[in-house]
Amino acid sequence: MTALETVELGLPTTIGTGLAHIPHLASDAPAQTKKDFTSDQEVRWCPGCGDYIILAAVQGFLPELGLRKENIVFVSGIGCSSRFPYYLDTYGLHSIHGRAPAIATGLATSREDLSVWVVTGDGDALSIGGNHLIHALRRNVNMTILLFNNKIYGLTKGQYSPTSEEGKITKSTPMGSVDHPFNPVSLALGAEATFVARTMDNDRKHLVEVLKAAASHRGTALVEIYQNCPIFNDGAFDLIKDRTQQEARLVHLEAGEPVQVGSVEERRTLVRGDNGELFFVPAAEATPDRVIRHDPYAADPSQAFAISRLDGPDMTHVPMGIFRSVDRPTYDDRVRAQVQAATDTAGGPATDDDLDALLRGRDTWNVG
Amino acid sequence: MSSKTVQQLDRVVIRFAGDSGDGMQLTGDRFTSETAALGNDLSTLPNFPAEIRAPQGTLPGVSSFQLHFADHDVMTPGDAPDVLVAMNPAALKANLADVPRGAVIIANTDEFSSRNLAKVGYAANPLDDGSLDSWHVHPVALTSITVEALAEFDGLTRKEKERAKNMFALGLLSWLYHRPTTGTEAFLTKKFGAQPEILAANLAALKAGWNYGETTEDFAVSYKIAPAPMPRGTYRNITGNVALAYGMVAAAHKAQLPLVLGSYPITPASDILHTLSALKRYNVTTMQAEDEIAGVGIALGAAFGGAIGLTTTSGPGLALKAETIGLAVSLELPLVVVDVQRGGPSTGLPTKTEQSDLLQAMFGRNGESPVAVIAPRSPVDCFDAAFEAVRIATTYRTPVIILSDGYLANGSEPWAVPSTEGLPDLRVSYASEPNAVDDKGKPVFRPFLRDPETLARPWAVPGTPGLEHRIGGIEKADVTGDISYDPDNHEKMTRLRAGKIAGIAKSIAPLEVDDPSGEAEVLVLGWGSTYGPIAAAVRAVRNTGTKVATAHLRHLNPFPANTGEVLRAYKRVIVPEMNTGQLALLLRAAYLVDIQSHTSVRGLPFTTVELADVVVRALEDLS
Repeated sequence: MTALETVELGLPTTIGTGLAHIPHLASDAPAQTKKDFTSDQEVRWCPGCGDYIILAAVQGFLPELGLRKENIVFVSGIGCSSRFPYYLDTYGLHSIHGRAPAIATGLATSREDLSVWVVTGDGDALSIGGNHLIHALRRNVNMTILLFNNKIYGLTKGQYSPTSEEGKITKSTPMGSVDHPFNPVSLALGAEATFVARTMDNDRKHLVEVLKAAASHRGTALVEIYQNCPIFNDGAFDLIKDRTQQEARLVHLEAGEPVQVGSVEERRTLVRGDNGELFFVPAAEATPDRVIRHDPYAADPSQAFAISRLDGPDMTHVPMGIFRSVDRPTYDDRVRAQVQAATDTAGGPATDDDLDALLRGRDTWNVG
Repeated sequence: MSSKTVQQLDRVVIRFAGDSGDGMQLTGDRFTSETAALGNDLSTLPNFPAEIRAPQGTLPGVSSFQLHFADHDVMTPGDAPDVLVAMNPAALKANLADVPRGAVIIANTDEFSSRNLAKVGYAANPLDDGSLDSWHVHPVALTSITVEALAEFDGLTRKEKERAKNMFALGLLSWLYHRPTTGTEAFLTKKFGAQPEILAANLAALKAGWNYGETTEDFAVSYKIAPAPMPRGTYRNITGNVALAYGMVAAAHKAQLPLVLGSYPITPASDILHTLSALKRYNVTTMQAEDEIAGVGIALGAAFGGAIGLTTTSGPGLALKAETIGLAVSLELPLVVVDVQRGGPSTGLPTKTEQSDLLQAMFGRNGESPVAVIAPRSPVDCFDAAFEAVRIATTYRTPVIILSDGYLANGSEPWAVPSTEGLPDLRVSYASEPNAVDDKGKPVFRPFLRDPETLARPWAVPGTPGLEHRIGGIEKADVTGDISYDPDNHEKMTRLRAGKIAGIAKSIAPLEVDDPSGEAEVLVLGWGSTYGPIAAAVRAVRNTGTKVATAHLRHLNPFPANTGEVLRAYKRVIVPEMNTGQLALLLRAAYLVDIQSHTSVRGLPFTTVELADVVVRALEDLS
């Protein structure tokens, strides 16, 4: 077998933002409001579900993008979170379990003018749909994936999920789960996702900030949203929601800043040890050359990955914010560019004559 | 020209057989091309193992290519070869049972070494031990003569020279059957243009093979087969997979919509992906997906966006796509799914043909989820089947499954190339404005308000202002499309979806029966690739003065409206299928008529003789 060749794709690398190709409202158009993005459907989540807060935040934030709402599409899979599209007055497709990223890939690639969003959950994205998720991330298809992580299966009534902690007792694990959980941020970074962030349902300001950054990213943006399930996994995030503990546990990632945790008095700083390992030390003891400054724009995802590993089931330290945000040519831009290049080379869109030439091929004969 | 005797024949079946690495498929392809150019009608049957290169010289490694060509219309690749070209003992052993006594065997004597003979269990050399006395054997030292002919090519190793032996064989056969080699010369020039010495060696081997036939006394006679009378037109040779790909491109072109393929490589469907990947210039987007499920998901996503969504696969892949096809049934979006059937279950026989996915296509989804199913009947017909699939999918907003098979996919035949202008117009319109008013009199869009004629719902693509709507796999309320768990609504929607598919029958031609005398008592009914063998068998039976009728189903769901009437008009209905009776089961269930099911699952098409025999026995039975 001869080795196959590779070619320099020579295709667009500077694309601008994720919203550059989406039709915007005219500057003199009346401003959109949350109401414009609210459908007439009755919302059917359980009382107290974290999804309500996320929905309200998304409905409230979408007008800020200034896009024509007919050019926004929400695609979802199966699960509680996947009912999301029904409640937004945009185009929506509630698909089947785990497949939303694949369906969204077809839509986003064939329609440059659409802002495509995927809404999924920990079971939908990481279990049944794990394959599609990692492939969307590695391809870098222009879409924003909102991964609602409540660490439980809700719609099937309370089985453990791929993000449930080891030992968790659920209906399907009466003696405790022996499954080792995924860390969705680590997984996404491992798949070389170009935009990876984490936020939480009860911190609306942070949620909206992260969503804005994700929406304007060109490529696949993965946003993990910690979301409380009040019925089957209530209090899963209490340790980091509790005001008294929050400060000591939440690590707010800020580009260019040292990675720190804790109140001003008990501030601890992330440093690199002799063997490359990362750990927190009291801020005063951190020697400047050991201090880890967060760099979401670094081409190498290693440090972002290391930061994602600070997290664990005991939630001692939970990084929040944008782990990674880098530019890489997107799959859909390149696919469209190849079609465009082939069309241009051939002198424009195919005519009937062009199709005739294709059908005839090079080896014909005439009868009669 | 040769001073040797030239004999006129009306038809010949040649089978080239050798090791997987011997280039038999290429040799067959080239001989086919030469034959097509000469104006014979033809049909081909490539047959190769699933392994890329099984151990050299072994039975599992044998690859063959059969070609039937004639001065009249050809319906099948031929039951049995008149000529077997055996490049090694394995090729002889694997194919001899198919070769009738008296037929010609051209054997490459260089490969009949004791080691190679032992590999396939020959105790003695069959070329010498008299066991082939009933055949007309031409022993030719193909390898050594080729190497000798290339003696002056100093830059080539012996191995490289040996590799040109298939061109020597092609040259010899081209002489034997008066085929022009100019097309092959042009082909080689294109293929090896960058390697001038290899090119020159292949051309020299081709020429040497021709000259060998001309000069050696072993071949005293050469043969001519006159061109077949064919309707006026421009012709080319084409395989089913390429015809299917072109049919999709042409249909999308006539619909003035982009074609978007999501596909995962699988034998024997991959050539459709390869072909379409090279046709970007025709507004074709191809995405090689991470798996079969993503392939159909991509196609469905593109269909939601307003494109012609296509996914291509074979049986195991269709199983994986089932849930997404069900979603498309529920969403009521156009989608074309191609299943190039192969032997099953499971991995089955990846490179061999079968028609055993009919029931999977019909019923292989959860819930009541009818889809349209159609099947091409010949390699050339794959073009028209693709066109018809797009028409049904876009008109009725439904998935359409095309059931091709390995025989159609890789087989080839001459095709009277249609003109694009003459192809039907497939333009469709998207919904562009609200289609109803709400109780306050405000214009609204109802995504499941149906066309009264077709029962199709509007195709409202994202980007259309005012038509924002949500669709999904949960049952929807009639008209509004809102989520609904209402019992009566589910009953209604289930029957609406079924009624929509059944209604396609109104748009298709009645089942046409070929019964020249109108007095036949036996009807042979086929579907898909059994068309050729059935037509040939029926012709053979009629040639004996016997009356027999035949009909062929292109639409498997829905059936043409008159199908029951046709079945009931005959005393005996024979349905030959390459499965264990799937169409027979459907016909019995739908029409309560008895069917004589004749089935075979050998990974090979029916032979004419076999089917003719079935018909003759049925006739005897009735008399």
